[in-house]
Amino acid sequence: MQSDFDTSDCYTIEGKLALPYTYFAGRVGSRFITTLRDQHKIMGVRCAACDTVFVPPRQTCERCLGDLTDSWCEVGSRGRVVNFTVVRYPDRHLPRPVPFVLAMILLEGADTPIVHLLEGIPPEQVAVDMAVEAVFAETTTNTIRDIDHFKPCDA
Amino acid sequence: MARGTKNRHVGIVGIGETKFSSHREDVNQPEMIHEAVRQALDDAGIGIQEVDCVVHGNMELFEMVHQPDLWHVLGSGAYGKDSFRITTGGTTGGTLVCAADNLVASGMYDVVLAIGFEKLQEGHTTGGITNMADPLWARKLQSGALTDSAAVKLIEEFGPERAKRAAMTYRIIMDQHACLNPNSHRAFGLDWDQMDDLMADSPPLIGNLRLIHMCSQSDGACALIFASEERARQIAKKPVWLRDHITVHREETLNLCTNYYPNNPTHRFAAEQLFARNGIDAPLDYFDVFEMYDPSAWWGVDWLRDFFLLEGDAHLKLVEDREIAIGGRMPINPSGGVIAANPIGATAMVRVAEAAKQIRGDAGPHQVPRTVRHALASSFGGTMWTVLLMLEDELNGWGMP
Repeated sequence: MQSDFDTSDCYTIEGKLALPYTYFAGRVGSRFITTLRDQHKIMGVRCAACDTVFVPPRQTCERCLGDLTDSWCEVGSRGRVVNFTVVRYPDRHLPRPVPFVLAMILLEGADTPIVHLLEGIPPEQVAVDMAVEAVFAETTTNTIRDIDHFKPCDA
Repeated sequence: MARGTKNRHVGIVGIGETKFSSHREDVNQPEMIHEAVRQALDDAGIGIQEVDCVVHGNMELFEMVHQPDLWHVLGSGAYGKDSFRITTGGTTGGTLVCAADNLVASGMYDVVLAIGFEKLQEGHTTGGITNMADPLWARKLQSGALTDSAAVKLIEEFGPERAKRAAMTYRIIMDQHACLNPNSHRAFGLDWDQMDDLMADSPPLIGNLRLIHMCSQSDGACALIFASEERARQIAKKPVWLRDHITVHREETLNLCTNYYPNNPTHRFAAEQLFARNGIDAPLDYFDVFEMYDPSAWWGVDWLRDFFLLEGDAHLKLVEDREIAIGGRMPINPSGGVIAANPIGATAMVRVAEAAKQIRGDAGPHQVPRTVRHALASSFGGTMWTVLLMLEDELNGWGMP
């Protein structure tokens, strides 16, 4: 690989962008959040054609483009870890001081896993297939964080 | 393949447009796009399984989402299909149509779904286009279409009174059209007795460009389904044929550092080339309707001369005599145009969608009250970037070598 480019008298100009944004949970995502908030229930949507329960829910099944807006079904607040990672670098967008565990959790009755915080266990003891349950937040933020985190539970 | 000819004909067989608005907190991006996609599929009477390829476009950075087409598969129906993303600024919607046309005409796909969208409430438009700005080093500070250059030009040539009246006449006609279109974002119900007040009192933006002249930024999506001639005839009762299109841009001649002034207007150049290769000598006589990408009333007036290859004050007279109104000699933007709604990545595609509806005769309350056989649609973006497209109601010999 060439690394001896002549960069003498080659100048750069520094710049910086500020890029504000917002985004919306959507019609289906918002109902998912309000049900979490008001009833401490985790809701999915079921595509009958594809026999698939999506959690978190979405308006359409991407396989068949069927409209799932009104195909609600409740799933369990317990599930199993299907994968996880330990976050070890701090950053402003992150929900916790590091280190913390982000786990993909397949809830009872769901076919797709959700990503959430896993707490109450040292990161080195987290294992795939362990049983976990949702701990709901005491104060609402009207976001997915109305589930505060998941914690290990008896299988 | 020679210019002006096609390998095979391509028809528009499905049209979908959301309602346009300054805010759509009720839906996320895939949900909003899905509204247009579902409408287009229902309009065509086909399922997503009959679509071979999805072409998706918006203005890069406007929603601050990387690769939005991937997320949007939930709403676009692109799962398992070939898919492309296109982003050419304001012209995106026009380029999407060109791409879909080329993909079908080439024989690559029989049915292509094109989707243009923007959800400008979510991002920061100016942040998306003013990045890397250094006016002394060939990186212009982009202000979108916010300029009074057309006002300066018109006032210089025709005097302030006539020019300002023409711009406001254009604006009021567009608003009257917008009031007919149920999808409009802005429709005020302006009337002629407000003309002098608006000219004097509408908040000034830049020079003689006032708030009332200018387009908004909107949320919304548009979806069009294109099919090969054979499939189009199977799918649709009345396919609208995409005859030809041309793309012209001259960013380099607008560059402050290397500007070889004067610029050759891209709109006029595009119109000259497109009409010449299609044997159209008198575009004002040939076309029955024109859906123009008109970011402001000033540009709307000025660009009439370029697009119809007019000389002198012929374009001003068209406006002054209200011949651009929906019942006039050359109806411009029966939809209300871009000043009525501007969901940027969809805006140029809406021009084509609206032109196609006019040819089908089912545009609704803003249908032109006479037979529409030949329609023109334009796109504008970047720093003078033109896409100009022609639509036809019949295949009668054009386009084949």
